[in-house]
Amino acid sequence: MTTLTLPQWLQPWVRLARGEAPQAQIRLLLLQWAAPIVGILVLLAVWQLGASRINTSLGQFPGPVQVYEQAGNLLAEHRAERERSRAFMLRQEERIAARLAQQPDWEPVRRSYTGAPTFFDQIRTSLVTVLAGFLLASLIAIPLGIVMGLSRVLENALNPVVQLLKPVSPLAWLPLVTLVVAALYTTEDPAFSRSFVVSMVTVMLCSLWPTLINTAVGVKTVSDDLNNVSRVLRLKWLTHVRRIVLPSAIPMMFAGLRVSLGIAWMVLIAAEMLAQNPGLGKFVWDEFQNGSSQSLSRIMVAVLVIGAIGFALDRIMVLIQRRVDWKQD
Amino acid sequence: MTARFIIALCSVLLVSAQAAAQNWPEKDELRFGFIKLTDMAPLAIAYERGYFEDEGLFVTLEAQANWRVLLDGVISGELDGAHMLAGQPLGSTLGFGTQAHVVTAFTMDLNGNAITVSNQVWEAMKPHLDMADGKPQHPIHAGALKPVIEAHNDKGEAFRMGMVFPVSTHNYELRYWLAAAGIHPGYYAPLRGDTSGNIDAEVLLSVTPPPQMPATLEAGTIHGYSVGEPWNQQAVFRGIGVPVITDYDIRNNIAEKVFGVSNEWAERYPNTHMRVVKALIRAGMWLDAENNRNREEAARIISRPNYVGADYEVIANSMTGVFEFEKGDVREAPDFNVFFRHNATYPYYSDAIWYLTQMRRWGQIPEHKPDDWYLDMARKVFKPAVYQAAARALIEEGKASAADFPDMNTESGFRSPEHTTFIDGMVFDAREPNAYLQRFDIGLKQDSGRL
Repeated sequence: MTTLTLPQWLQPWVRLARGEAPQAQIRLLLLQWAAPIVGILVLLAVWQLGASRINTSLGQFPGPVQVYEQAGNLLAEHRAERERSRAFMLRQEERIAARLAQQPDWEPVRRSYTGAPTFFDQIRTSLVTVLAGFLLASLIAIPLGIVMGLSRVLENALNPVVQLLKPVSPLAWLPLVTLVVAALYTTEDPAFSRSFVVSMVTVMLCSLWPTLINTAVGVKTVSDDLNNVSRVLRLKWLTHVRRIVLPSAIPMMFAGLRVSLGIAWMVLIAAEMLAQNPGLGKFVWDEFQNGSSQSLSRIMVAVLVIGAIGFALDRIMVLIQRRVDWKQD
Repeated sequence: MTARFIIALCSVLLVSAQAAAQNWPEKDELRFGFIKLTDMAPLAIAYERGYFEDEGLFVTLEAQANWRVLLDGVISGELDGAHMLAGQPLGSTLGFGTQAHVVTAFTMDLNGNAITVSNQVWEAMKPHLDMADGKPQHPIHAGALKPVIEAHNDKGEAFRMGMVFPVSTHNYELRYWLAAAGIHPGYYAPLRGDTSGNIDAEVLLSVTPPPQMPATLEAGTIHGYSVGEPWNQQAVFRGIGVPVITDYDIRNNIAEKVFGVSNEWAERYPNTHMRVVKALIRAGMWLDAENNRNREEAARIISRPNYVGADYEVIANSMTGVFEFEKGDVREAPDFNVFFRHNATYPYYSDAIWYLTQMRRWGQIPEHKPDDWYLDMARKVFKPAVYQAAARALIEEGKASAADFPDMNTESGFRSPEHTTFIDGMVFDAREPNAYLQRFDIGLKQDSGRL
């Protein structure tokens, strides 16, 4: 049966082509494809109709067409900025040559482009920051969660702390993180900019908890049979964790990681907006402050991109989860 | 061998002498902060026209959320320098707010602000205005606002107005305008920890970042505001408020924004500082060249989203020599934005002293100070020596002529008292700040004692 190895979304097409129960396949196809498309079309129609009725002080609320145009503008601006960057580099070489002619013993230093980051640069900054924060959170939450799941004492000790810190909004953490990072992170030539560290730590503080709690719960669900086997075999603690605990905890752990990543992305945008740290959040805030007739459309482009990236990140986590969760196979 | 050695030595000495004469920058990667206002233009122009690059400087310009964040950035060293309110280096050096020694060697512009009220307040003010040819007669005095404020107070509501920062020009201008009509804007009492500035106030003034002014007015949180451009013209375009007076009519041709750096930075990087000032002088000259011929291009540049970002039409409205009050009431305002003429960019001690008198008038300086103190403080913050070095270098390079600048051999640092006109007809002589303060009906004086 080769069809079983095909991705699920392809199966009805293949079966239809083979003539296996065509009516059932068509119903399935309508459900899988037509319904989402209709949903999106209805959304666009409602958006277009609604937008034309909302008049803000910055002009009419942008509909899909204006937003599409602005997306094109943002791309054009990105290309223009790259062009300016190339021109900057050429000018720099000329100036270095001129100064060397005056001062032959000078060692030229080449500087990177000093222009403003474009929308696409901001997307990249946000992605890098969210992944760094999420990674850091996972590195802390997973080991801590395992220890919590294994030890009743530790669990009882840490539980109140976790319950207290878990619901704290990123906006409350941010001023503290900003000041603490400013006080502690004071190298002369830092590898990462301070704003990056602030965003990353804020993301970490807020996205830690689902992974931590799920890991702990996952660890506790290890069946007694397995624990008994481990005891009989007199497995060392580390081997016990690796061979017995981790495999049973992984499905829960990944469910937690998935929630964590979603939170990380939402927190990052808010943090960038408030702290004026580079990224998509800053883009949105800058456009709000600009208050030009195009600002609303540009913010809408950012909103859609933020949504699309959040969705993509979630899908990636689901794929990884399926890969590592061998129980489902 | 020795002859060769001497020749080699000579050439080395020659090269290093040349390098010293060139005054290459000690630091060439710089981050400057600005607030989204049209008077950040000298920074954008120096960047876009390559004046910074001509000085061997690699400058990144970054918009800041508000004046406090910007000042903290300069003090902490995260920013190398910034577009600042003239009162910021003075206020922080004398310790109102964050205490830090901040200096300036370059004034970025003169004037450029206005006071805007909401549509409802404008309608209520209208019956009290003097009309000429069907249009309100300018300048509009705060006397027309007085009955509106009283009506609010009778209903038990506070009349609230926004300004951008406690030591901002906008705060002092708004206070000046109100007080000139006998409306008390309130005192500060920092020794008691009261930095709200609302003691005895008939109008409650509060801080709002410039770009958020129109939104805050629209939300009804404030009834009017004092802010720089384009945020007054924005209110006209968006139909949410009406500018009633420009600061040119309240008090004119005193330093508005300055380019501020920390004193530590200035001492550590003297050549860099001088070169930055050179680039900014050239930008100022370009902005005012040939009767504002370049202003439209400048408005196009700063309307980009990474600079001011407002629509070109809104920015051009005030930058090209006109100003729109009530929708359709466009009036000539040739000196609304001054970037170079009237020796605009020179850091005058007298400008610093005017700000210090206003800080004393409203209690930000809590105690009486002798006249000498005012000049000493101005000298501590305003650094004409750096400006003069930059101007001389530009003259030498043929990029400017001596006639563009004040005569540096005789310059005392004081503008003549006739240079500035005030809405209440007062005369300001910076050599006698206490005598000036003594003449105001509303305001702290030598014998006021502590609040």
